[in-house]
Amino acid sequence: MRSEIGRIEIVDTAIAVEAIVAELKAGADGAVCVFDGIVRDNTRGRRTLYLDYEAYREMALEQMRGLTAEAVARFGVRDVAMVHRLGRLMVGETSVLIVVASAHRAAAFDACRWLIDSLKKTVPIWKKETFADGSVWAAGEPFPEQIAVHPRGEAE
Amino acid sequence: MRVRLLYFGVLKELIGVSEETVELPEGTMVGELLHILRGRTSNPSMSNGTDEGLWRSLAVAVNRAYGSSEVVLHQDDEVALLPPVSGGYYAYSECGE
Repeated sequence: MRSEIGRIEIVDTAIAVEAIVAELKAGADGAVCVFDGIVRDNTRGRRTLYLDYEAYREMALEQMRGLTAEAVARFGVRDVAMVHRLGRLMVGETSVLIVVASAHRAAAFDACRWLIDSLKKTVPIWKKETFADGSVWAAGEPFPEQIAVHPRGEAE
Repeated sequence: MRVRLLYFGVLKELIGVSEETVELPEGTMVGELLHILRGRTSNPSMSNGTDEGLWRSLAVAVNRAYGSSEVVLHQDDEVALLPPVSGGYYAYSECGE
């Protein structure tokens, strides 16, 4: 049995979703909420062949640990697993898995939603999407104002 | 002083390397570094409208922590230039076509 809260990993091979979910469960839990982020077969109708994920790995791990600790403190959930995969992923494969275990379902749902939304805004991981007819680096929402910087002398 | 720069995602492709070491005056701030880097990229493909947008939407991490444009850099700092992370609603640059 793990004593430390939070299973945080960045991996280069397939994420073992079922094993991770099973491992997180404990007797005190009444709910386990799972977010399984998978590669979609299109973006706005353009057919996707695969995605390539890359990360600023050390910083991403630190950010993921920070989010996990904050989720436990904010929502009162018991434990969290957060695993992100890098490299080339095909349609249907899991790119990110978030599992939240809690005594009650409301906290599990809330924490899980907050974790994936926060990860997409602040954890330094990028994806390049390759279509049948070209590729693009997907760019998400702008960084939150407290993180964004601007070249000096620019209007903000 | 010397600092190590790391580039990720679309920025890595635009600049053409994933990392480099640069020499800067003592006391250079993050915002000044961005200004220098942007001025240095004379490649015409980097001065079009979408890439202007990219320069305005970066975050910077100094020694793996997000930092504002006022953060003062020091010898041997690791400075990472980070494009917006992978939410994925629109794209900055088309490539491979």
